[in-house]
This record gives sequence, C-alpha cells and structure tokens, in this order.
Amino acid sequence: MSETDDGNGDLDALIEVGTRILGLPIAPEWREAIRLHLAISLAHARAVAGFALPDDTDPAPVFAA
Amino acid sequence: MSGDPAFAEAAEIAAAVASRRCSAVTVVEAALARIARLNPVLNAFTTVTAERARARAAAVDAAVAAGEPAGPLVGVPFAVKNLIDVAGLPTLAGSRINRDLPRAAVDATLVQRLEDAGAVLVGALNMGEYAYDFTGENSHDGPSRNPHDPSRMTGGSSGGSGAAVAGGLAAITLGSDTNGSIRVPASFCGVFGLKPTYGRLSRAGSFPFVSSLDHLGPLARSTRDLALSYDAMQGPDSSDPVCVSRAAEPALASLLHGVAGLRIAVAGGHFRRGAEATAVAALDRVAAALGASAIVELPEPDRARSAAYVITTVEGAALHLDRLRRRPGDFDPDVRDRLVAGALIPAPLVVQAQKFRRWYRDAVLRLFDRFDAILAPTTPCVAPLIGQKSLMLDGKEVLLRPNIGVYTQPLSFIGLPVVAVPVPGVDGGLPIGVQVVAGPWREEIALRIAQTLESAGIARAPRPPEIV
Repeated sequence: MSETDDGNGDLDALIEVGTRILGLPIAPEWREAIRLHLAISLAHARAVAGFALPDDTDPAPVFAA
Repeated sequence: MSGDPAFAEAAEIAAAVASRRCSAVTVVEAALARIARLNPVLNAFTTVTAERARARAAAVDAAVAAGEPAGPLVGVPFAVKNLIDVAGLPTLAGSRINRDLPRAAVDATLVQRLEDAGAVLVGALNMGEYAYDFTGENSHDGPSRNPHDPSRMTGGSSGGSGAAVAGGLAAITLGSDTNGSIRVPASFCGVFGLKPTYGRLSRAGSFPFVSSLDHLGPLARSTRDLALSYDAMQGPDSSDPVCVSRAAEPALASLLHGVAGLRIAVAGGHFRRGAEATAVAALDRVAAALGASAIVELPEPDRARSAAYVITTVEGAALHLDRLRRRPGDFDPDVRDRLVAGALIPAPLVVQAQKFRRWYRDAVLRLFDRFDAILAPTTPCVAPLIGQKSLMLDGKEVLLRPNIGVYTQPLSFIGLPVVAVPVPGVDGGLPIGVQVVAGPWREEIALRIAQTLESAGIARAPRPPEIV
C-alpha cells in the first residue's frame, strides 16, 4: 500500500482483500462508512508514523515475566 | 440530611444512616421511587436491582442496629455501567450480542468493595455499545438523556453513569474511561468524575474494550464523594493483571489541605484550539481561581491523540473480531463500521503508535518536574443534541463521534490521573467540565484542587431543572 495514495480505489481494495482474509462479512451498504472510518484511522496512523523515533524506543506495553 | 435527599451527598447519607437518623431502607426506597419516576425519561438504567437493593439495605440497617462498625458509604445508593459484572445479570456492555452470554456469577471487584464499605447497589446503567462511544447513544437501548436537557446527549460511553448522578437517581456511579468515557459524561452532565492512574483500580469483572487504555472510576456530585468511593475501591487485586500491587493511598484525609504550594499550569496549544467559548471561559475561570497563570505546552498532543485513536480502533477490532465475523448485523452500525475499519490497519502502524506512546509518556512526565498539576478543557463543547452528527472544531465541521474526546485522549493515553470538575453554565446555560490532571499516582493532588474549586464555588454539580 502506498503511504500517500489512498484514493477510494486503494481503500476499496484494502477493504475487499482485508475483510476477505479476516473472514469479515460486510454488506454493500456498510462499505461507505467503513471506507470513511478507514481513511480517518489511516490518517491518524500516518500522523504517528511520521514522527521519527529512535530504534531503541520500546513500545509502551511491557510484559513482565 | 439537608435539602432534597435525592441530591444529598453520599457522605451526608452515610452519616445519617450510621447515626440512625435515617435508615438505609428509607434512602434506598426513595432512590428506587425516583428511578421509577425519572428513568422513563432519562433512560439511565438498563436494569434496576430493586430486590437486591431492598435486601441489602435491610441487612445494612440490621448491622447498624446491632452496633457493628458502619462503613464510610453505609446506606449510599450506587449504580454501575453495564459493562461491570453484577451477579445474576448478563454483562451487556451496551450490546445486543452480550445478552446471550451467561449471567455473571459474582460481582466485579469494585462492586464488592463498595458494598463492603456499606453502599447499596441499585442497578446497571446504559452505555454506548462496547464503550466505543462519546455520545451516550445506543441503538439497542436508546440514548441516555441529559438531566439538564433531555433532548441533549449525556456523553459517553458512560452515559447512564452521568445521567444517574446528575439526575439524583444515585449518589455515586461507576464508569469506565478508555479515551474519556468518564470525563466526557461528567462534562456534559455537570458532575465530578475521576479517572484514576492506569492500573490503580481493579478492572476485574468488567467487560474490556482496549486493555492497554481501560480504566474504571467513579462519578459523583461532589469531590468528597469521589474521594470516599475512590478510597473504598483502592488496593491490589490479583484478578486484574494490570492492577498494581501498590498499597491503597487514601485521598480523603488530604482533601481539605488546599492548593498552597502547588504549581498549577494551564495546557496551551492543542488544548485551546477549537474549543467553544464556553469551554475556554470555564477553563479560564478555574485557572484564575487557582492563580494558575503559567501556560504549558504538552509535547505532540495531536500525535498522542492520533496514536490513542489507532491503538483503540485496532485493539477494539481484535477484541471483537470473532463477533464481527459471526454477528455483524447485531452491532450498533456506528460501532461496527469503525471496528471493521480498525481490523484493516496494518500492524506496523500500531506498533509505531505504541512506541510513540513510550516517547510521549517520558516527555510529558518531565513536565511534572516543573508542575504538580495541569488544567485543560474536558470537552470542546457543551452537550450536543441527541442525534447530532458533526461539530465545529477549529473552524472546521468534523464528525462528532470521533472528535468529542480531542482533549481527553492525549491524557488517558498515558494513564495520568484526572478529575473532571463541572463548571455551571452562565445564565442557566449548560455545564461543562475542566480537567485537573496530576502526575501518575498523585490522585490526591487532583482531588485537593477539585475540592478547593468546589469550596470556592467555582466547580459545582448544578441541580438540573425538575424533570416531568
């Protein structure tokens, strides 16, 4: 998936393949809202991914043995 | 008790019952009668546990009469968001699907602890489906309604928790807060809410949403009642792996210590952008009362909110994946469509959000070397109309549901303790909340500040007009 090109075509492709791989049945009339929320969520994800972090930054949840 | 018993503080009720000036049975019968009268309008309760409450109240009175030590909440009616286990009830979590689950065998830890303190459970409360909500709307049970104006939202997802306390149907309620779900209803309904430090209060026996962000906490009509219930619920619990082993650190004893010596700042930048004039005015009023003039910029709050958004939608999707496969048509559509979208977010972006969370935590905690508390708005606006789909934020029309938590998300994201204090509206206007944010494990500082504001008449849970 391109980091910058997610027109509705790309989002529709992601919805199509992703829901099939995950086994998620979706009705055609749900697609528009799913596409909208996917676009919003990806925009938030990209905003975070655009922030440079040191390689040794640990993810927040830490498992204690 | 002075005034209308429906709006008495929990502390007043407990004192009256302990001294036998009033019986728990009388208090609970009055609460049940008020629920029966007003719940058809407010839709705060999904189940009223009348039989259990009557039996418990009678047992409380018998214990008091026998001279047994009375707990700090003796005879106080309380209710819990319906994602918290109540023995004998299905734990709905606001959903249709969970109605098919077996009934809870035992009460959640926090219900047990409140009852150990003498409180009396009167029911389970309406909420947004699976807690993925800021509105208090629910397609299965109908919306909870704001006691200050029943055409308006309670806020969510702990909408019934806000409505029940604001409407005088219970003295204390419990809610959950993943991104703001205690603080938003506290703001819209004009009551006090405490989101403790992540890991402080046990979540055992509650239906999860986003484990790495989920908190439970109380809502009440006074700071003192928040502190009373919070103290009663503290302590380790091996049933919740996130609940810390830290001993209880009671907050009630220091509640009246004032704010002298505390360094209090006001959050700037992100936390002032987009807020309606009412929200800014409430924040300024609180800051002025506390003499807080320093402005502090939290590092990268927009990204923090974005990271919380991503973690929420993906962890939520993972939690519900099987239900989305088997029963997608039984979800609230507004919840389902966001969860399906969350399931499609590539995994590296989620790990990046968790790494950012570590960076952000470290950066924000450094601010608490300079300040003891930070003030911020709770919501960008007063309670919207039920059914409203958009709001104006920073001059742009945006979707309402994903954006009500714009000021709460960057704080719960790193588990900071927050007291949401209600500021009554001017000239009969709707109330709105201000967040008092402290460093980790310093709930007592946020509560002291809230008490100071309440004592000064700046923060107050306004009594709503009588509902007919």
